[in-house]
Amino acid sequence: MDIPKDRFYTKTHEWALPEGDTVLVGITDYAQDALGDVVYVELPQVGRAVEAGEAIAVVESVKTASDIYAPVAGEVVEVNLALEKNPELINQDPYGEGWIFRLKPRDMADLDGLLDAEGYQASLESA
Amino acid sequence: MKKTPLYQAHLRHGGRMVAFAGYALPLQYTSIVEEHLAVRREAGLFDVSHMGEFLIRGPEALAFLQWATVNDVGRLRVGRAQYSMLPHERGGVVDDIYLYRLGEAAYLMVVNAANIAKDFAHLQALAQGFQVELEDLSEATALLALQGPKAAQVLQGLTGADLSSRKKNDVFEAEVAGRPARLARTGYTGEDGFEIFLAPEDAEAVFEALVAAGARPCGLGARDTLRLEAGFPLYGHELTEETNPLCTPWAWVVKREKDFLGKEAMLSGACREKLLGLVLETGIPREGYRVLLGERPVGRVTSGGYSPLLEKGIALAYVEKEAEGPFHVEVRGRAVPAALSPLPFVPLK
Repeated sequence: MDIPKDRFYTKTHEWALPEGDTVLVGITDYAQDALGDVVYVELPQVGRAVEAGEAIAVVESVKTASDIYAPVAGEVVEVNLALEKNPELINQDPYGEGWIFRLKPRDMADLDGLLDAEGYQASLESA
Repeated sequence: MKKTPLYQAHLRHGGRMVAFAGYALPLQYTSIVEEHLAVRREAGLFDVSHMGEFLIRGPEALAFLQWATVNDVGRLRVGRAQYSMLPHERGGVVDDIYLYRLGEAAYLMVVNAANIAKDFAHLQALAQGFQVELEDLSEATALLALQGPKAAQVLQGLTGADLSSRKKNDVFEAEVAGRPARLARTGYTGEDGFEIFLAPEDAEAVFEALVAAGARPCGLGARDTLRLEAGFPLYGHELTEETNPLCTPWAWVVKREKDFLGKEAMLSGACREKLLGLVLETGIPREGYRVLLGERPVGRVTSGGYSPLLEKGIALAYVEKEAEGPFHVEVRGRAVPAALSPLPFVPLK
């Protein structure tokens, strides 16, 4: 399983990539593989204020629906509209074109509370 | 958990194994959508060895089966198969089945894996008073389903039987890849195809020969999306002990001109609900989701999922008989418009 070292992770299989004063969020390679073919993504409203751990998007595969949680508190500033037409981008490129939403964290320092690549790897192995 | 004779083959082909009706079976190998499309466009191969097989023989086999099933077994000629249901005395459904007539007084019944013990006990009790012998061959039978527009082409290269002379619902014996088999031109995907009954020790060789000849291994995930897209019922969902089959789109299976167990109760039962096919504007409906008419709940989804051909969420749902729509399906708190669809959801041959 691919786990890039340039970003943060949650135990619920989201990744968070800091870009300036925002953070891009998607799901991990492990998560997309476990879900199988992604066929629909319910995106959050731009402008929505979210708390850390709040379910704000849904990724649906053929077999199941999975909640996507905000990794940190903040505001949704952008969503990946390409997923409306091509939800399979999450399978094809989970760490790139398959990003789901962009948050403006209330405090960038909150990211330090997340897992790094090694920590996420360890959480997968202990699961 | 039980393993089918193809367990090792599934692992070798990268099957993602899950528990289903007490058996370890592949949910998928690579992708449910790709496997689904392989069956709609070419040929896919399923292990359905978990399903149950009963042999029913004896001078009163026909009379017994007329009593125990709702379709007209009298019309079933040797070498032919029919879809049917096992009714109970209250007019509901014990199981839906396929019945194959193997000889003058010999029939093979294929039943759902989850119902094997229940069905066999039910049939044994009913068989009292008939000169008939029941045998549960489920453990001694491997079953493959080769399905898709290219199924006959793939199979023809491995058998001496002339498949072009075999029609839908024919059943016959032939060798496949040098192994003795019973072949039936049946299946549950809405496509042309064959079901291949084998001795367990022959299953793996035949499976591999079919894959080598171009059939794509397919898992339970695609099997379910295919039957849903084809608008076929799944026992435990659209058909249950409480379902009156006359209130469903599958009422045609019930032949009123013959007598059968529970017939009076079935015929006198009022239909309060009807079964509809729904196509959602957005999102994926799942089993148990509510169907709304305005704000009022009027029904529930019994099977829901994604149609790879329509690229939309589709559902089979029971709704109040009088409700005419327009309907919505409640998807996680959101009412999504749901258009009525004829069954099957997609055009099939």
